[in-house]
Amino acid sequence: MTYLAKPRLHHPALQTNKVGYTRRDYEGKVSTLCAGCGHDSISAAIIQACWELDIEPHRVAKLSGIGCSSKTPDYFLGASHGFNTVHGRMPSVLTGANLANRDLLYLGVSGDGDSASIGLGQFAHAMRRGVNMVYIVENNGVYGLTKGQFSATADRGSKSKKGAINRDSPVDLIGMALQLGATYVARSFSGDKAQLVPLIKGAIGHGGAAFIDVISPCVAFNNHAGSTKSYDYVREHNEAVNRIDFITPRSEITTDYAPGEVVEVLQHDGLMLRLRKLHEGYDPTDRLAAMNHVQMHQARGEVVTGLLYVDPDASDLHAALNTSATPLNTLGRGDLCPGAQALAGLNAALR
Amino acid sequence: MKRIESVNDFVVKFANVNGSGSASANELFAKAILRMGVPVSPRNIFPSNIQGLPTWYEARVCEKGYLGRRGGVDMMVAMNPQTWDADVAEVDPGGYLFYDSTRQLPPSSFREDLHVIGMPLTAICNATYEDARQRQLFKNILYVGALSMLLGMDAQVIETLFSEQYRGKERLLESNVRALNAGREFARDHLDPIGLQVRASKKVGERIFVDGNSAAALGCVYGGATVAAWYPITPSSSVAEAFQKYCSKLRVEPSTGMNKFAIVQAEDEIASIGMVVGAGWNGARAFTATSGPGVSLMTEFIGLAYFAEIPVTIINVQRGGPSTGMPTRTQQADLLSCAYASHGDTKHVLLFPEDPHECFEHAAAALDLADRLQTPVFLMTDLDIGMNQRLCEPFVWDDARQYDRGKVMTAEELEAGKDFGRYKDVDGDGIPWRTLPGTHPSRGSYFTRGTTRDPYARYSERGPDYVYNVQRLLKKFETAATLVPQPVLRKAARKTRLGVIYFGSTSPAMNEALDSLTEVGIHLDALRLRAFPFPESVAQFLAEHESVFVVEQNRDAQMRSLLVNELEVDPSRLVRVLHYDGTPITARFITEAITDHVHAEASTPKRKARSTVQEQAV
Ligand SMILES: Cc1ncc(C[n+]2csc(CCOP(=O)(O)OP(=O)(O)O)c2C)c(N)n1
Ligand code: SF4
Repeated sequence: MTYLAKPRLHHPALQTNKVGYTRRDYEGKVSTLCAGCGHDSISAAIIQACWELDIEPHRVAKLSGIGCSSKTPDYFLGASHGFNTVHGRMPSVLTGANLANRDLLYLGVSGDGDSASIGLGQFAHAMRRGVNMVYIVENNGVYGLTKGQFSATADRGSKSKKGAINRDSPVDLIGMALQLGATYVARSFSGDKAQLVPLIKGAIGHGGAAFIDVISPCVAFNNHAGSTKSYDYVREHNEAVNRIDFITPRSEITTDYAPGEVVEVLQHDGLMLRLRKLHEGYDPTDRLAAMNHVQMHQARGEVVTGLLYVDPDASDLHAALNTSATPLNTLGRGDLCPGAQALAGLNAALR
Repeated sequence: MKRIESVNDFVVKFANVNGSGSASANELFAKAILRMGVPVSPRNIFPSNIQGLPTWYEARVCEKGYLGRRGGVDMMVAMNPQTWDADVAEVDPGGYLFYDSTRQLPPSSFREDLHVIGMPLTAICNATYEDARQRQLFKNILYVGALSMLLGMDAQVIETLFSEQYRGKERLLESNVRALNAGREFARDHLDPIGLQVRASKKVGERIFVDGNSAAALGCVYGGATVAAWYPITPSSSVAEAFQKYCSKLRVEPSTGMNKFAIVQAEDEIASIGMVVGAGWNGARAFTATSGPGVSLMTEFIGLAYFAEIPVTIINVQRGGPSTGMPTRTQQADLLSCAYASHGDTKHVLLFPEDPHECFEHAAAALDLADRLQTPVFLMTDLDIGMNQRLCEPFVWDDARQYDRGKVMTAEELEAGKDFGRYKDVDGDGIPWRTLPGTHPSRGSYFTRGTTRDPYARYSERGPDYVYNVQRLLKKFETAATLVPQPVLRKAARKTRLGVIYFGSTSPAMNEALDSLTEVGIHLDALRLRAFPFPESVAQFLAEHESVFVVEQNRDAQMRSLLVNELEVDPSRLVRVLHYDGTPITARFITEAITDHVHAEASTPKRKARSTVQEQAV
């Protein structure tokens, strides 16, 4: 959170996207996070994904809780409204905002402390309600902002910078999201932009609760030997299940993948996910298999990344509530107030 | 033996077992009297339990129109053996005790100064009905029938009520009417006449009979609330349930069948208020309904909404605290915890409706105020108003009335180059302008947060920026005092140095107490508060009176504390009148407390007015 705005001078030759914005238009304020913090790489990936998808920045609402990770919405999409809520409770605020106006893109950014500790309940309920959103947890296994305490995603036996050993089992947000009914579940690594950007794009195109767990090493407190969320550890143990390409119906569909290695998943709103399989037999539309796969590799100390599960026919909370297509926040008195005559009828029934 | 004789002025109390189906029979009894044009005010007194425990329904019949609890019981319908002794003890001498005489009781079970009316309800039901549930349910209808005969009520009125209730269900209608008549015939043939009578009158007029929770929910519908998030808690749950019911009837798009509302039963109160904060930030009118423990959980978010300036409406149907206290009893004991909810320097707007009519009005007003002031607004009702049906003025709505959406800058205004500083006091009233997410491609976006900032919403920890902001919030609170519902003054017939301040559900008992006090020569100017912050006229009222009684239903005189704290009045001039045993305050209690105090003052003139007057009823 800085008040240093970036200079808004644009080089005239900067490339614009279909809605007329340059990549710079998707940036925010200058980051105040530690140099090298994984969270900044995720911000960069969000910027790239939104630019490539031709999203109008002001049609995005970005919400977060409290923590280093939750500060990041200030550092991307400067023209969007942002909301830094309270620690662990972003999901409910996002849910309410989404109910008020279903026409915006809701981007929730959270930390592992924020979502897996104090906010575990809200995380779970937002997933099970199927709120249409992109929910990114920037997972570093520590509390960055309060300087290095273990978070609930820290692996048992991992070591803190001060040398303490974590005795508790970790909360696996991926496993929870799968179990609770999230309809797009992915994991990635802040240092793997090539994988992360398409995953974010796929999540944006998804019509339900999309969750991405991004391992994002904290260079200040969790990037040492003995940590299982350090750059080195994750690079060594990364197991990707697929490579993903995201295609909007407008783009010409081209691919250089050899047939047989590619799975295409057409989502119900017409958006196409193109998955290049690395693992033979990995079917990202099989929730049960995904749970199995993740658990199995986890037991071997491997971090499985990629698009782990997607339900192409996902629907969302609005569908469940049968809410009108017109955003509720645009309805006026004429739409909402039943008027004096109806009230006379109600009075009569109460006599 | 003395016999209480009265036409259209008495109290009947029904002692039942929870879950026995008595609630609808008792309500039928009250409604029938209302239909005869005689004012009735009933109150449910029930335990925090679903089935098997004692429950009472106290109906006060009062031609004069007093709707508070009077105190005392003239007739007890004692249907619960478990509470027999206490129920019998409660009846005033010369009163009546109606009971099920299937099992004869020894004379020691009764009091000599009561008139005992026995009717073998169980025996009659066992002989008439096969089914166990029917035997139970029709027992209730039988006693309603017998009472209606004893009290001289019109049978046709009850039959009409039945036919409205069982429209299209002829078999149910017919069997209920049969039970009713069986009760009437038994009373006619076997029971002695009594001194209590109901005679048709014209004192009800156009008034309606409704509970405050339904009224508040309807107020939210009329006030344009579109998002409701809640978590079940007695006595507030029926607000959300009624909102759902009214919305399903009144807010569905006819062409598509889709809902112009969203209601979420959240996982807890933290999430409910979080959703309301999110919806309010995003420009929808949103509310939650809860009670004390829920407010406690919400406080972190309430502080965020206050500081980030987000419209939020919270309906607090108060119950007995602290902690789980008396979850099914009434109190007005969340005043301080709501007025100053959350950490740091906070102050919130509170509204105090006196009855369901005002629950409706104030709920709609709360939504306007929250938008206008961009801040949390609490509708402070309680179990007494919320869950009891009350006779009140019909709801009114002026079709010309517009919603006050407050200062929301539009894309056009931004386009025209209007300066936008989210936390800037442009108009001198402390209320800044806001923009809604998604408004304009390049202007007016800002970052909402609970941390401090400068007038342009840029993060800043500079002292002067912080002070500007919190001072502006205070100014906004002063503005609020001019926008909230103003207090209602009732002047005494002659000039007096004594005043009384009261609010909310105390109102009906207070109206009656003021009349009784006048009769004994105690004249009081009365001010009914309708909101916090206190408008100018409250300070004026205090200045104009030497001593002011403050009547409230909590132990610690919370309203008095607010008055002392906010208006810097000399505390010794504010006399506490406190009632907090969980039952609604009675006219008798207020009258006695104030009379005692006035007499004590007269005999020892130097006695400090500060001393607490009688503090507890029973
Ligand atoms: C109610 C409450 N409790 C505690 C805090 C203090 N706090 C601020 S950030 C934080 C942890 C953040 O950790 P995480 O979500 O993992 O984010 P990171 O900083 O690691 O990105 C805590 C405990 C708070 N702001 N609010
Ligand atoms: S403390 Fe850790 S999480 Fe926070 S900014 Fe620094 S590196 Fe990132």
